[in-house]
Amino acid sequence: MIPELGHFALALALALSLAQAVFGLWGAQRAEPRLMAATAPLAIGTLIATGTAFACLMWSFAVNDTTVSAVVQNSHSAKPMLYKLTGTWGNHEGSMVLWVLILALCGGAVAGFGRKLPSTLQARVLAVLALVAVGFLAFILGTSDPFLRVWPPPMDGQGLNPILQDPGLAFHPPLLYLGYVGFSVTFAFAIAALIEGRVDAAWGRWVRPWALAAWSFLTLGIALGSWWAYYELGWGGYWFWDPVENASLLPWLAGCALLHSAIVVEKREALKTWTVFLALLAFGLSLLGTFLVRSGVLNSVHAFANDPARGVFILFLLMVYVGGGFALFAWRAAAMAPTGVFAPLSREGALVLNNLLLCSIAAVVLVGTLYPMFADLILKQKISVGPPFFNSATLPLVVPLIGAMALGPVLPWKRARLWPALQRLWWAALGALAALLLCLALEGQQIGPALGFAAAAWLILGAVADIADRIALFSRPRAALARARGLPRAAWGGAIAHAGLGVMMLGLAGMGLATDRLALLQPGQSASLAGYDYRLDSVQDVAGPNFSARRATVTVTRNGRDVVVLTPERRSFPVGRMTTTEAAIHTTWLSDLYVVLGDERDGGAVLRIHHNPLAPWIWFGAAIMALGGGISLSDRRIRVSAPAAKLARGEVTA
Amino acid sequence: MSRKRRRLYLLLLCGLGLGSATALSLSAFQDNLVFFRSPSDIMQEAPAPDRAFRLGGLVETGSVQRETTPDGRPEARFRVTDGASTIPVTYTGVLPDLFREGQGVVTLGKLGPDGVFRATEVLARHDENYMPPEVADALKRSGHWNPDQGAPPPASSWNTLTPTPAVGAAPPGGRSGS
Repeated sequence: MIPELGHFALALALALSLAQAVFGLWGAQRAEPRLMAATAPLAIGTLIATGTAFACLMWSFAVNDTTVSAVVQNSHSAKPMLYKLTGTWGNHEGSMVLWVLILALCGGAVAGFGRKLPSTLQARVLAVLALVAVGFLAFILGTSDPFLRVWPPPMDGQGLNPILQDPGLAFHPPLLYLGYVGFSVTFAFAIAALIEGRVDAAWGRWVRPWALAAWSFLTLGIALGSWWAYYELGWGGYWFWDPVENASLLPWLAGCALLHSAIVVEKREALKTWTVFLALLAFGLSLLGTFLVRSGVLNSVHAFANDPARGVFILFLLMVYVGGGFALFAWRAAAMAPTGVFAPLSREGALVLNNLLLCSIAAVVLVGTLYPMFADLILKQKISVGPPFFNSATLPLVVPLIGAMALGPVLPWKRARLWPALQRLWWAALGALAALLLCLALEGQQIGPALGFAAAAWLILGAVADIADRIALFSRPRAALARARGLPRAAWGGAIAHAGLGVMMLGLAGMGLATDRLALLQPGQSASLAGYDYRLDSVQDVAGPNFSARRATVTVTRNGRDVVVLTPERRSFPVGRMTTTEAAIHTTWLSDLYVVLGDERDGGAVLRIHHNPLAPWIWFGAAIMALGGGISLSDRRIRVSAPAAKLARGEVTA
Repeated sequence: MSRKRRRLYLLLLCGLGLGSATALSLSAFQDNLVFFRSPSDIMQEAPAPDRAFRLGGLVETGSVQRETTPDGRPEARFRVTDGASTIPVTYTGVLPDLFREGQGVVTLGKLGPDGVFRATEVLARHDENYMPPEVADALKRSGHWNPDQGAPPPASSWNTLTPTPAVGAAPPGGRSGS
């Protein structure tokens, strides 16, 4: 009964979305206030229907209803409750329902928070969002029905991939999807602007918070995924340039460019066409990511299904939305006349440079990600593009990007001179140089990490210099505190996010100095790495809720003093007959001690020991970046949205 | 600055960005593309000795030997086969959880002058029914397995099978490996 209710709710959501799309587009075209007014309640209705469907699916997973095909294939009664619930989106069908639920949430948010929007704009935005929802609801109902029944019901389910049985599953997909799908709102605003043929400061003020929110969630989602891979896969690495990772990095890069160019639209009414283009691009890359991950083109832990019909359907949706968006762009973009003018050397100029570099990086990553697929399809060659390609191709673009990142915020708008800006940053430059030399002196010929430390110092000190300059910390220190309080939160947010990238660079540079060793140890023997001694005490059997494991006890000492006892495990799951490696990690914040248990032989065990300097700062830096986005989002200017625009068009809509 | 000139500048900048992205990609492609080779490919045409590539096939049953190098590092020796040819492989490190005899494997490394493949990475990281698409392709090309007829034959019998050309075996798309 419950699954049928969920299925009905999905179909209802499809009908409501269809009505929302038609009413919105037609009503806005005909300036029909009653039709336009219907879109917001319809968006709330879609949200309720999708929420019901999602709740029904979750219920089926929670009670392990083995008459539902998705549950049979992806769940098991012996799983802990947390993984039964999170398992709702740990499979193809459920993750698509989550995707649509978040899309409906975005629609509901535009309907709820967007009352101050000009009503034609709101109606069109909601209509475009509904069009996207229609496509994906049709996809779910047509090719991947989560509520499909099986008869007779099997005794129990087939279990969830053990790698996914982790608390990370509770947060990583929802956060990532909030990011992916959040760009659907900026996409909808861009389409609406193209239909109306106008982009103004008010539009920029509306788009920017959505871009910021989506970008912040995406940052968190990617960082969480990277952290998860770091501790779960047991390879000691944090980023593998896997196509699935790249698929999430691409919209992140485009979104990062978008939120910067939206600043220019809002403040200076320039770069309008470009911003609209970026909004289309960011969502297009989000859809591409969904296609790559969900279609089964790539084989990875993320690809749950390999059904060609699904891949073709998502490819079709991708072409309709992205192709349609860019066709509209080609047709209407010329209608948007730029007004603000600026010199090449100005804050606008720096933001253009930022956009250019971010888009170039995205282009390189896109080529590296898609080339193997095209080579396979067209040239029939099996090729893979690995980390060396991405490292050597993106590094020359990242260096100027970071160089400009500290410089951009201290340049004035419109027209700037380089020398005064550089004067404000001289001590940041000095700090970067000191970090570079210090690293070279301590660690020898390690150019990569030395550059990383220099970048970290440049970014963090640059952000501090920017804030110190704005509150006149050195010239008039007495009033600095009051001025700090009066500084707009967007300025704080920007500086914090830039410093967050600096913190992340610190971690990346530290990981460049990581060392590891392999050792076959008998109980009682020890191996040393980077000043720590790892003694294998014993290897025993332990039992988990739905697995059995071999657990090694490793005592770590430093100069004879005990530091920590680590217990890496190898777990075997009888359901699905899989083995996973649980790395044991101890962090001192200066470094991670990371031990993996390999196979056992001759009475001993193989241990892989990693010493990862500054590793936690990578994800901590990403969290700071997202925090910066959040602080920027709480800026008063963004909360009090566009009253002028409402007044200007009030009489038309009333 | 007039609007036209500014637009020209912007277009120039975009061209510069795209151009530099293309140049960087191409130069990085030149050194860093990693090709996939099956054991039969290597037998036919030996790859350059200093160039890394990926070798894939089935781990031959009964071929895995685990040893310890003189400096105490664990080492594994095994043979990778596609039925027609076999390449010996050495790997120093922890083998992945799903590495088993008779299963598909993809390794990354370089071929030594003695004909032994020295792997720096061994990938076998999916569920036990998983067959890497490259390996499935290599098996099909060597004529040992028609994926339409079910699971691959046990690897132990492979070296004695007579290769038969797989007529019409490859379905369009060819990615039915998993």
